[in-house]
Amino acid sequence: MLSENMNFYIDPSRCIGCQACVQACGECDTHKGHPMIHLEYVDRAHSTQTAPVVCMHCNHPTCAKVCPADAIKKTPDGVVQSARKPRCIACSNCVLACPFGVPKMKSDFELMMKCDMCYDRTSEGKRPMCATVCPSQALFFGTQEQIEQLRPRSKPVNEFKFGREVVRTKVRMMVPIEAAIEHIDVTAAMDAQTTSRRVRLNVVPEDAFDAMSASLFEPELEGSSQ
Amino acid sequence: MAVLPTDELNLITQFGPHTAYDAGVRLDAGAEPDKLVKTHCCFCGQQCGIQLKVKSNQVIGFEPWEEFPFNKGMLCPKGVKRYLQGSHPDRLLTALNRDPNAPGGFSPMPYEDAIKTVADSISAIQSKHGNSAFGVLSGASLTTEKAYLMGKFARVCLKTPYIDYNGRLCMVSAGAANKKAFGVDRAANPWSDIIGAEVVWISGANVAECAPITTNYVWQARERGAKVIVVDPRITPIARTCDLFLPVKPGRDAALFNGVLNIMIERDWIDHEFIRNFTVGFDKVAETVREWTPRRTAEVTGISEKLVHQAAEWWGNAKSSFLMHARGIEHHSHGVNNCLGAINIVLASGRIGRKNCGYATITGQANGQGGREHGQKCDQLPGGRDLANPDHRKHIAHIWGIKEADMPGPGVDAYELMRKIDSGEIKGLLSLCFNPLVSLPDNQFVKRCLEKLEFYVAIDFFMNDSARHADIVLPGSLQEEDEGTVTQIEGRVIRINKAVDCPGDARQDWRIIQDIAAALGRTHGMTFSSPGEMFQELRRASKGGVIDYSGITYEKIEKQYGVFWPCPSEDKDGKPIEHPGTPRMFEPGSWNPVAKGAGPFYFPDGKAHFVATPYAPPTEDVDTEFPLMLTTGRVVSQFLSGTQTRRIGPLVDQYPEPRIELHPRLAQKLGINDGDWATAETRRGSVTLRAQVVATIRPDTIFIPYHWAGRKSANRLTISAQDPISKIPEYKACAARLSKAAAAPAYANELQPQQ
Repeated sequence: MLSENMNFYIDPSRCIGCQACVQACGECDTHKGHPMIHLEYVDRAHSTQTAPVVCMHCNHPTCAKVCPADAIKKTPDGVVQSARKPRCIACSNCVLACPFGVPKMKSDFELMMKCDMCYDRTSEGKRPMCATVCPSQALFFGTQEQIEQLRPRSKPVNEFKFGREVVRTKVRMMVPIEAAIEHIDVTAAMDAQTTSRRVRLNVVPEDAFDAMSASLFEPELEGSSQ
Repeated sequence: MAVLPTDELNLITQFGPHTAYDAGVRLDAGAEPDKLVKTHCCFCGQQCGIQLKVKSNQVIGFEPWEEFPFNKGMLCPKGVKRYLQGSHPDRLLTALNRDPNAPGGFSPMPYEDAIKTVADSISAIQSKHGNSAFGVLSGASLTTEKAYLMGKFARVCLKTPYIDYNGRLCMVSAGAANKKAFGVDRAANPWSDIIGAEVVWISGANVAECAPITTNYVWQARERGAKVIVVDPRITPIARTCDLFLPVKPGRDAALFNGVLNIMIERDWIDHEFIRNFTVGFDKVAETVREWTPRRTAEVTGISEKLVHQAAEWWGNAKSSFLMHARGIEHHSHGVNNCLGAINIVLASGRIGRKNCGYATITGQANGQGGREHGQKCDQLPGGRDLANPDHRKHIAHIWGIKEADMPGPGVDAYELMRKIDSGEIKGLLSLCFNPLVSLPDNQFVKRCLEKLEFYVAIDFFMNDSARHADIVLPGSLQEEDEGTVTQIEGRVIRINKAVDCPGDARQDWRIIQDIAAALGRTHGMTFSSPGEMFQELRRASKGGVIDYSGITYEKIEKQYGVFWPCPSEDKDGKPIEHPGTPRMFEPGSWNPVAKGAGPFYFPDGKAHFVATPYAPPTEDVDTEFPLMLTTGRVVSQFLSGTQTRRIGPLVDQYPEPRIELHPRLAQKLGINDGDWATAETRRGSVTLRAQVVATIRPDTIFIPYHWAGRKSANRLTISAQDPISKIPEYKACAARLSKAAAAPAYANELQPQQ
């Protein structure tokens, strides 16, 4: 049983894209050799920003709702498990339906597999592999008191809006403390143009190098075209 | 004769690098380990604590070691997958003899015969050409015990002055600057001092990829309100969200520090009392930085006046701070000056030797600290002693039981050692834990040197790229197959514990070295029966020195989760004491054997030294022919020359092959698209790699990671210019040009990504 006090927090602003979480996820004894974490560059051409995605463990998991074989179960402590092997028909409904893009269809095994918050570890009082090794602690597993003490600049949010659909999750996302929001509007964030910038994110701008004097750059390049 | 015995492709087919993945018992989720061994990662200088899962003499996985205070269970991807280097198909299980007719150019031979051949060849070269005709290259990934033994082996057994180590490519600029400014070479503070600092200044350090665990310290400092200043030609992951990014042009760091110090002095943002009581040389430095006006600083560094001023203001007014730097400012022909420039702004601030007031270089290699302390450097004896100092020589000669007159004098740095091979002065070479063909600059020259050797013996667990040139290859040990100590990034001496036995004929490196000594009939001082015995001798040798380990025992290390040196066994009056170690250097009132109470720094007057740091551009600056700056570095999933990490499948998959990073404006100018093959050229050579077009690099700079060999090697391009004091090569700045390649290179179809 997962301790009630222990929570999983994600802070993408801390992520350095090192993939320690991905590599360590593949070391978990329940799915050794098969990492369940997704870690992607958001737009490598313009930024080193990466975003780690673990299962958010929804209070009412869409993956389970859409499963025609009733193969996806949530334990009483709120952890949504991988599909049960005897039931899973490998239809990929869950893969398509998950709002966070988490489940993976392992066609070799004809089985949906996903992050189960390292249930074999967390149900015994250990921390999940990914959050234990994460060098930036973008993935953090601990108590509400710990996160409040360690991260005074941000606050956890666990409500996500997709259009009119509201999803509440066990895993929490850290947002800047001054952000006057109670939920994350995922659909709106997909169109950056329409997102109001009420919070100034502390990110070095892409045009950091444009601020350099043009004279440093242009004459030298003239030579390269010779 | 050390030319390749057969075609490169034959060598690769036989010896790799091939990639290994989990298989067999390592994939068996139900496999219960026989034991968990608490030890440390084998890769970088942070030396994260880790527990290795061992079953039937095989490391089958890992378990985080959350109690170890430095990393508390955290690991980077290299640490997570490090265990896959064991039981590897490429592992050398026998001694090998150069044999052009054998598959892969080498045939197995009995270990004892190989040792005899090595000893006979050393004897033959030394009797014909003198003792100095044989050279030794060793490494900073070795345990401190082995590093100590290598120095002793060269000077006592081989009686050659020519030993140096690959820390020459890593920590020496910082080390030399630290000795000039503080009189001692160690990170001044434990990493816990980062958290709570008001300003964290990171110069030339890709922290997120090269020292990933340090990231959390920086982020925790920021949670407590720290402002983070990053100086780098690339927006690295640690720079992405920093508070102030200074996009420095490669090779201009001393100019930046001079400019910042000038503003600090003009605005009176300096600590007069500290400067007066604890330093010398300030006035002279103040005079020399006066010419570094914000405008001139901006012109030279490529950083706008506004940003330079902002940095000086934050740094100058902080109550507490931590300045870190790494190879980015050190790998230069002015690397020592760059580091001294950084130290000058630390000393002027007065913020050192106190909680949350820190300064450190981020040590690169596993034992980058311990490996540079106890005598495998060309001019050094154990305890940080000096090979040219008569008193130091006498002390160590006594410990070693030899006549001081029989101890060779200082040798030369690793690159100069290559030049001596080229000139014919050095004819034989032994290498351990060093892959010069990948890691030295201008490595086509290095290849020529290796080809000239009359005899070359390489000790390694895999056939590294340089070892392919060897006459004899001896099968050495992985880190997990031996025990000992290393000294990590903070100056904390920690225990490496043995997890498994060496397979086949492979031996622990120190046994191989002692077997060679025995076969030479020169066993004096080379008959240790364990690393523990070596450590006991090392403690005695270091006693009373600047780097004093005499109060450290294996038991104390385990009890305290490491012991920070200095840790003397006696107090200043010679009475035995139980010293806990010294996490923070230079605290007011602290005692050291040089100042003897006069002050906290390691000079007779106890004062730190300001040293003037005149700026000069890189040895090879851009011109119309080669208009771009080339800079090199690391990626998070690979380590150094890749001998280990290019054999670990999941790490290879993460970043398979080197790419040339360039800015979109440059790419547009040159007609290069992301993913295109592009050729980078310098006056030394050229490589054709795929382009990675990213807005996170200066438009006048290209970046290539250096972990790969042969036709993919960034060090075909780099310049062998060296710092005059530290002898570190200038990996971080040389002139290059770039063009779109007409076609894919031939290797694209011949080689796997890691090869």
